Amino acid sequence: MPTSAPNAAHPPTAPRAGGSPLGDVTASDSSLRRFLHGLPGVDAVGLEARAAALGTRSIKTTAKAYALDLAISMVDLTTLEGADTPGKVRALGAKAVHPDPTDRTAPTTAAVCVYPDMVAAAKEAVAGSGVLVASVATAFPAGRAALGVKLADVRDAVAAGADEIDMVIDRGAFLAGRYLKVYEEIVAVKEASGAARLKVIFETGELSTYDNIRRASWLGMLAGADFIKTSTGKVGVNATPANTLLMLEAVRDFRAQTGVQVGVKPAGGIRTAKDALKFLVLVNETAGGDWLDNHWFRFGASSLLNDLLMQRQKLATGRYSGPDYVTVD
Amino acid sequence: MSMEKPASAFEYAPAPESRAVVDIAPSYGLFIDGEFTEAADGRVFKTVAPATEEVLSEVAQAGEADVDRAVRAARRAFASWSALPGSERAKYLFRIARIVQERSRELAVLETLDNGKPIKETRDSDLPLVAAHFFYYAGWADKLEHAGFGRRTTNGHSGASPRPLGVAGQVIPWNFPLLMLAWKIAPALATGNTVVLKPAETTPLSALFFADVCRQAGLPKGVVNIVPGYGDAGAALVAHPDVDKVAFTGSTAVGKEIARTVAGTRKKLTLELGGKGANIVFDDAPLDQAVEGIVNGIFFNQGQVCCAGSRLLVQESVQDELLDALKRRLTTLRLGDPLDKNTDIGAINSAEQLARITALAERGEAEGAERWSPACELPSTGYWFAPTLFTGVTQAHTVAREEIFGPVLSVLTFRTPDEAVAKANNTPYGLSAGIWSEKGSRVLAVANRLRAGVVWSNTFNKFDPTSPFGGYKESGSGREGGRHGLEAYLDV
Amino acid sequence: MSDKPEKTGKTGKTAKAGKGERPGEPEGTAGAAPRLSVFKTYKLYVGGKFPRSESGRVYEVTDSQGTWLANAPLSSRKDARDAVVAARKAFGGWSGATAYNRGQVLYRVAEMLEGRREQFVREVAEAEGLSQAEAAAQVDAAVDRWVWYAGWTDKIAQVVGGANPVAGPYFNLSTPEPTGVVAVLAPQESSFLGLVSVIAPVIATGNTAVVIASERFPLPALSLGEVLATSDVPGGVVNILSGRTAEIAAPLAAHQDVNAIDLAGADEALAKELEIAAADNLKRVLRPQPVDDGGWSATPGTERLTAFLETKTVWHTTGALGASGSSY
Repeated sequence: MPTSAPNAAHPPTAPRAGGSPLGDVTASDSSLRRFLHGLPGVDAVGLEARAAALGTRSIKTTAKAYALDLAISMVDLTTLEGADTPGKVRALGAKAVHPDPTDRTAPTTAAVCVYPDMVAAAKEAVAGSGVLVASVATAFPAGRAALGVKLADVRDAVAAGADEIDMVIDRGAFLAGRYLKVYEEIVAVKEASGAARLKVIFETGELSTYDNIRRASWLGMLAGADFIKTSTGKVGVNATPANTLLMLEAVRDFRAQTGVQVGVKPAGGIRTAKDALKFLVLVNETAGGDWLDNHWFRFGASSLLNDLLMQRQKLATGRYSGPDYVTVD
Repeated sequence: MSMEKPASAFEYAPAPESRAVVDIAPSYGLFIDGEFTEAADGRVFKTVAPATEEVLSEVAQAGEADVDRAVRAARRAFASWSALPGSERAKYLFRIARIVQERSRELAVLETLDNGKPIKETRDSDLPLVAAHFFYYAGWADKLEHAGFGRRTTNGHSGASPRPLGVAGQVIPWNFPLLMLAWKIAPALATGNTVVLKPAETTPLSALFFADVCRQAGLPKGVVNIVPGYGDAGAALVAHPDVDKVAFTGSTAVGKEIARTVAGTRKKLTLELGGKGANIVFDDAPLDQAVEGIVNGIFFNQGQVCCAGSRLLVQESVQDELLDALKRRLTTLRLGDPLDKNTDIGAINSAEQLARITALAERGEAEGAERWSPACELPSTGYWFAPTLFTGVTQAHTVAREEIFGPVLSVLTFRTPDEAVAKANNTPYGLSAGIWSEKGSRVLAVANRLRAGVVWSNTFNKFDPTSPFGGYKESGSGREGGRHGLEAYLDV
Repeated sequence: MSDKPEKTGKTGKTAKAGKGERPGEPEGTAGAAPRLSVFKTYKLYVGGKFPRSESGRVYEVTDSQGTWLANAPLSSRKDARDAVVAARKAFGGWSGATAYNRGQVLYRVAEMLEGRREQFVREVAEAEGLSQAEAAAQVDAAVDRWVWYAGWTDKIAQVVGGANPVAGPYFNLSTPEPTGVVAVLAPQESSFLGLVSVIAPVIATGNTAVVIASERFPLPALSLGEVLATSDVPGGVVNILSGRTAEIAAPLAAHQDVNAIDLAGADEALAKELEIAAADNLKRVLRPQPVDDGGWSATPGTERLTAFLETKTVWHTTGALGASGSSY
């Protein structure tokens, strides 16, 4: 059974800010471009077919029980609304710590994920539980602000006690081919994050092509990302099995090449336990068992948790649960 | 049973499809003239589940007299069947397509039991394609004059409305028992022919089940006759003087025998035979997808596929990278109970086929190719062969030339596109080929130069009823599928 | 043509044969020695050259009255082998030529043939025992047949190929491709129109051919080689052998580097024997087809084109733009 808190045995992420594990690749815009454009292309049909094929795995009985708890432990329980209040965040924190009010054996979630100004409230709500607090930052979700503003945003969250920072990349710069600008911004944010682990959000729905997602993944990892994350949840298309599979291939290959392990976080659009289990199959059969741990894989989600809990109850009791038997938050 | 457990504790629990969904009778007769009957000489044979060696049923074994009876029944049925308006024939075929869809779960389980292939393949590939094939050809039955045949109006040929040939004698293999039946029967019936079909001796059950589908569809008696049996029954069918059309899918050696048998007769012949498909990976390939395509190309249906990509031609500059990725991927393949929904690699169809694969693999080793398989525990009963790679293979190796028809991939390298094409074409076969490259002009140029009937670029082992399938050279002649597939059954 | 029948015939040869009774035979001019005509040595046409038979042997070709017309090379197995080598060598270039180019080359054959119409009328008349008018009709039809097939080269792919609407994200296209080297047993009776009717469709689609001329009437076929040689048809695309059909056909039917065989000129027994031999490498076999009442005069269908075509189906992945947020 997975533990609810990230395993203390995990080594701290190697400090890589400003120093690329692939040497000269990041020396200039043109060398970075040459490297990223030299990555193998992605065939969309084949990628999606592979993701779909893995989606047909049948996860039953003991494997399902294991996977449901693992998935619960990987949730970054998220609220990112303009209407968020400390009260709302407290409720969320309580749920993260005790997801199933009827069954205290349910694991806690990995983290709660909030806006920077809610970090303090969140810290308080999860204090002592081992549940982490993640904060979006860098002018989330659009990221359209000056670097100084973004860095201030990050420092603010860290100062409030955030354990993790979920930043967004400058998609405009990326799509315009200004890869070094994107890279340097990530490096700067990484530095500003200090001890907090950095999740780099690509907003895959805006990058539009799989080739771009692969390039962004490598760009993010070169710049020191601790996690690469699909989406903000604020655009039309967020995490999909295919784009997550592609990012899992990237972290697998990056570790093979550099020895550095990077986590993956699909976010947005994953609402059912069935979907979550498919993502875990993707992890298992692509990056491998080393990533089947909430230190290396997360779900950015909110409503997913209740479905996981209902499925968990069904497995325990043999009867289908209903929404009145899980908590609204 | 999975191979080399991934480092994680995420071990999938058994997820078996229920075998109770299909009723298998203890014995089956021949299906002739709408009735199940015993063989004239009373002979029977047993069909076993290759995964367990369990006897599934006892099946009447057709001999020459039975084949004759079946051909006569088909001949009798031909007059009225061919006289039906095409629109009515179409409706029978549409009915068959729909009934196959309705009963696809039963059929998938039955096929998996009798053949040994994984349920996920019968469920997701064989059965959907079977239904689609009938549905496709159903639509042709009343549109034959629009198919572009029958342009020749002289010499007693059909003219504008192409005519059926008569009785079709069809002999099919064991690797896709029901799908091959569909490829044979659907176009034959759509064009107004009647059929005598001999399924393979190791996989007769789905064809006999299909007889029940015909019954439910109300198909007139004698239009479809099924005569399970061995090679002698196939030979008798092919040689029968009242057969007008012979269609065979199977080995090249038998195909040649059949070609000799029908020489000098009026019988129209189509052959779909062996292959030694080249799967060519260029250095600009989408590598992750290429790995999937290679796996699909050679391990789909345990490599018992005529169009398998059994020769991997990889550009030397990406050889190491690709082979590392391929080996890593092979360690995740799950071999075992074909009825388990998570099984990737099922059983080899028969002891005989297993012996052939084993012998050829040993030959590969003896000739100095380097053999590799993922750590893999094989079940103690049944017919099993671990996924196998041979590296360091050259054109001179037996494993690069002979069709193995099993989960054995020979890896060769090349340096330039010209060399890739030359090596790909350097075989008496010419059924399939694969090209992996992100450069469009390269894909098209290479596709142009490959002497193969089906070329998959950035994909492999894709099938569709609308897409003609068939080989160059010794891989056979004629095409099945699509508009092209009608020609074999029409007097044009 | 028909207004000058006295110019046809081979004065010298018929004189040599001691028979001067054929119509159109010029009479010796009293008082002056008749001009001795120049005989033609008929040769094979292989690889764009005109070799004698490797066998060093010839056989007598006579007209319908039994009058000696010429000697024709008696081709051996080795001539057949050489012809296959030449045809294989030519296959890459010819099959790789654009369909438009092949069409122009076939049309050029018609142009060249038109210019040598009189020669062929004479040869066909002599061979088949036809009147001048009948022979002229055959030759005209043959010229027109080249034109007909010239027009097909860049259309057949559109007629028999095309896109297949597969149920998935794939571009899927079927195109016809030439089978390869085709052995052609030319019709025995129709020495020229029949011959052209079987050669033209084979090469129109990009195959190369090894042709066995009508055994009894080989001369028009051997002369056709001369036309082809001057018509931009690359050497080796058409190779023409004369001799005993059964003797030459047997090694061709068994040859492992021949891809197809047209049995038009085989009788029932020979056709069966050759079809059996052809099974060794699964040649495409076009069995003898019934000939139309007009003796090849009917406008052909496409079946002689398609008989020696393979269908190649190419799949390529596509990908639905934006369907799942990301694409190609």
